[in-house]
Amino acid sequence: MFNYKTKEKLIGLFFSTTGIMTLLILIGIFAFLFVTGIHTFSEITPTDFFLGEQWNPAAYGEPSWGILSLIIGTLMMAFGSLVMAIPMGLAGAIYLSEIAGTKTRELLKPAIEMIAGIPSVVLGLIGILFLSPLISQVFGLSHGLNALTSSVIVGIMVLPTIISISEDVLTSLPNEFREASLALGATKWQMIRMTLFPAALSGIVAAIMLGLGRAIGETMVVLMVAGNAMAMPTSFFDPVRPMTANIAIEIKEVVTGSLHYEALFAIGLVLFVMTFIVNFISDIIIENRARKYKW
Amino acid sequence: MREKIKIEFKNTGFWYGSKQILFGVNLKIYPKKITALIGPSGCGKSTLIRCVNRMNDLIPIAKIDGRIIYNNEDIYGKNADIIELRKKIGMVFQKPNPFPMSIFDNVAYGLRIQNMKDKNIIKQIVRSSLEKADLWTEVKDCLNCSAFGLSGGQQQRLCIARALANDPDVILMDEPCSSLDPIATAKIEVLLKKIKREKTIIIVTHNMQQAKRISDYSCYLLNGKIIEYSKTEKMFINPRNKLTKDYLDGMFG
Repeated sequence: MFNYKTKEKLIGLFFSTTGIMTLLILIGIFAFLFVTGIHTFSEITPTDFFLGEQWNPAAYGEPSWGILSLIIGTLMMAFGSLVMAIPMGLAGAIYLSEIAGTKTRELLKPAIEMIAGIPSVVLGLIGILFLSPLISQVFGLSHGLNALTSSVIVGIMVLPTIISISEDVLTSLPNEFREASLALGATKWQMIRMTLFPAALSGIVAAIMLGLGRAIGETMVVLMVAGNAMAMPTSFFDPVRPMTANIAIEIKEVVTGSLHYEALFAIGLVLFVMTFIVNFISDIIIENRARKYKW
Repeated sequence: MREKIKIEFKNTGFWYGSKQILFGVNLKIYPKKITALIGPSGCGKSTLIRCVNRMNDLIPIAKIDGRIIYNNEDIYGKNADIIELRKKIGMVFQKPNPFPMSIFDNVAYGLRIQNMKDKNIIKQIVRSSLEKADLWTEVKDCLNCSAFGLSGGQQQRLCIARALANDPDVILMDEPCSSLDPIATAKIEVLLKKIKREKTIIIVTHNMQQAKRISDYSCYLLNGKIIEYSKTEKMFINPRNKLTKDYLDGMFG
């Protein structure tokens, strides 16, 4: 029907349109967030917004617009989940790539990746029905919906990302590194610690950053188990209200176009910038190491 | 006087799964000499050399019988300490395989795994090892540079320096020059002759001229069996076995 030149052109056109479309969608999302969110700052000063400890936009008379407690809620939940997921994730990745036999690995890796497929609402249920009573009992709290519980559940959610990517990175290291190390009289643990781990570090950092990005953006689980109290958290046993949960809770109640509505978009913008920074940092780390020791 | 022997293979057989690679190998390696293992590809040279530092242990389906005696002990014996063995018997591989680290850290690796903490001693040994490997003058201004910035020949000498830093007794070399150009190869050959004053070297090579140039003893392997083993000059001038002669004459291989 067409000659091959036209065909080539059409194929080229198809792929470039799809590629450019992705970029346009991303820019569009950012522009939408930015345009809607930035209005907030015509009425609320950035200082009040970022450093105010009180978030209470619905209050009569004098509403307060400080998102500091929300930011801290997000950070506590995200870092808490990493504190759990990093050691477990690395141990799991090292086990899979260096210790487990081929058959175990072939069985275990898909199983771990399956965790990523569990809907977050199901994990949230497990958090409410199982983990939070457990935590409230163990620590003697009145209820178990707090930063700790959400950290644990979100930690489980990011675990497969960290394990799977770190394992890929470790497995893809040339076998020569292992042989060279063992031939010098290194024990297996020394080989892992002194050769493989440093060589895989950039990839592992990337895995952790991806996990962090996911933790920051996680909404459903925190909505269900973080407690969502609008107060400045002082410890991991306090309920927190991460930014994502705050948006999800309040967006249904606000009048479109109101200041409150715009402020929620401003929070979305902050989230966007946070994940962007996380990705940016991980890119720099990866680039630097790749440049220095390229094999 | 009883002749001194560094390593002795006693009826060593080797299998990958059900495939037999080595058949009843009996071989004596003499100290402070270069012993070359020659033979066509797939004849078991590399497998043989990898039995000595037990690198074959990494392959789950590998099986070995017979004995390999080093320092009066069977290295496959019950009380054998693989880690100690590998510190005493260093290895240089076919493809230069530096670690993704600086030149300094590559050479210091063996010391660090032995928990050497004294920075001055480490510096000293790194320097002397690089000197012994004829690399010091080329890299002394950039010890913190990545090892991957070096040329192939330099990388291979770095790997030799890395092995020397452990002060091994024996150095195994598995076709160390196969990926190098003739000039880099010549440098390594000079280096090997220097190193053999202190160490025993076993080298696998498919380059017969190299075996002739540098080795004191040559062992010709074919299909996992030793066909001929004698002093190099003797074998190359007057091989006893017709198979050896055919191989040396370039009839096959």
